[in-house]
Amino acid sequence: MTSPYPILSILGIVVVAMSIAAFLIWVERRLLALWQDRYGPNRVGPFGLLQVLADTIKIFMKEDWVPPFVDKPVFILAPAIVFVTVLMSFAVLPVAPGIIVSDLNIGLLFFLAMSSLGVYSVVLAGWSSNNKYALLGGLRAAAQMLSYEVFMGISLMGVVILAGSFSLPSIVDGQRRMWFVIPQFLGFVLFLIAGLAETRRIPFDLPEAESELVAGYHSEYSGMKFGMFFVGEYMGVTLISSMIAVLFFGGWLGPGLPGVVWFLIKTFFFISFFVLVRAALPRPRFDQLMSWGWKVMLPLALANLLVTGAVVLVWR
Amino acid sequence: MLSILRTIWYVFLHSFQKRVTVQYPNEKPYLAPRYRGRIILSRDPDGGERCVACNLCAVACPVDCIALQATEDEHGRRYPEFFRINFSRCIFCGYCEEACPTYAIQLTPDFEIGEFHRKNLVYEKEDLLIDGPGKYPGYNFWRIAGVKIGGKDKGEAAHESAPVDVRSLLP
Repeated sequence: MTSPYPILSILGIVVVAMSIAAFLIWVERRLLALWQDRYGPNRVGPFGLLQVLADTIKIFMKEDWVPPFVDKPVFILAPAIVFVTVLMSFAVLPVAPGIIVSDLNIGLLFFLAMSSLGVYSVVLAGWSSNNKYALLGGLRAAAQMLSYEVFMGISLMGVVILAGSFSLPSIVDGQRRMWFVIPQFLGFVLFLIAGLAETRRIPFDLPEAESELVAGYHSEYSGMKFGMFFVGEYMGVTLISSMIAVLFFGGWLGPGLPGVVWFLIKTFFFISFFVLVRAALPRPRFDQLMSWGWKVMLPLALANLLVTGAVVLVWR
Repeated sequence: MLSILRTIWYVFLHSFQKRVTVQYPNEKPYLAPRYRGRIILSRDPDGGERCVACNLCAVACPVDCIALQATEDEHGRRYPEFFRINFSRCIFCGYCEEACPTYAIQLTPDFEIGEFHRKNLVYEKEDLLIDGPGKYPGYNFWRIAGVKIGGKDKGEAAHESAPVDVRSLLP
């Protein structure tokens, strides 16, 4: 079920994903402000919507400084990796029937693989910066993202068992009778937490940890290279939110409105939830984070997989 | 775990609360009448300068931002030849107002004195002088001061009795 107009789909998804990521800067600042009883950016344009444009102009005009002590090729490559891997994941994302770049039969695995590759960006950025804070951030990122990657994959296997397919459009089609969030609630919670950790958002932002590590792995970055990390992060948020919508909340399925609208509503709901979590929760200690990942989340994910498999076996 | 969910819920409830930000340039905050902002020099009800160039404000000023030079007019009244306040130094502590014996120097609730060039923050006497008496409408120092100036001898001012003749033995 590859799209009839592949080029159009590719361009459309790239442009929409990028503009949503840019727009998210504004959304996040406004929502955070709302939950902190402030207004946020509301001066540039209507409701401050053009703040994104102003920020973009500013960040492009900044000096693109590469410190003399860094490993230059790797330093320049690192921000591109996060960007490319997240954009690649968007290729398998079914927005609506027919609006998908490539309907891989292992779409879900491809998504997991790409999000694992994203770790390289952070690790290489921390390593090539030749700076102890950046290195610590990179090390933390590697440990955190590897350990959360494990149960992220396992938490999704329940969905795969229920749908009987790794292809994302088939998974959405499998939810016509019931959204997978109901039989797979535990899997949903686990995937939500793992998604937060994968995007390095606030409760799991130990690789950045402004209060401990200056800015973590991107301490030495400036200008648009720094911006690339953030665009990558916001695209990651969009990606994880839309993945939650696709895997657990029936993607484009919904009454009345066209599929794209339902998809966007669901995605935006989870984006807002990500921002809400950022507004509410503090950062855990690093050993707490690791022991949570390995001692609580991984066994839970395994148990979820086991029970789901057993139930499906007995049922059929 | 439950406390985490409760925290998220409480933060969400803030969506329905009033925002505390004052949208400053569009919406001015309330400033108390005794707010300490831009410094002015006030005048008598009959239009003369109140300042008698006693230098007490300059002495009281903890950051030395007030400079003035005293001189006298033809009636023997003291007044400042120049009076200069450097607002880039001023900390708006209000000590000058407290020190002033004639209510001449006063702080006003105006804080919008930003400038693009620092030297424009140095205010001269003509920038500081206002036309009115400020916070003390009826007060005229020279009328109750018991100081002899041209056209008014000691004891001739309002509510003032003639000076005691210290050489007389009469009660």
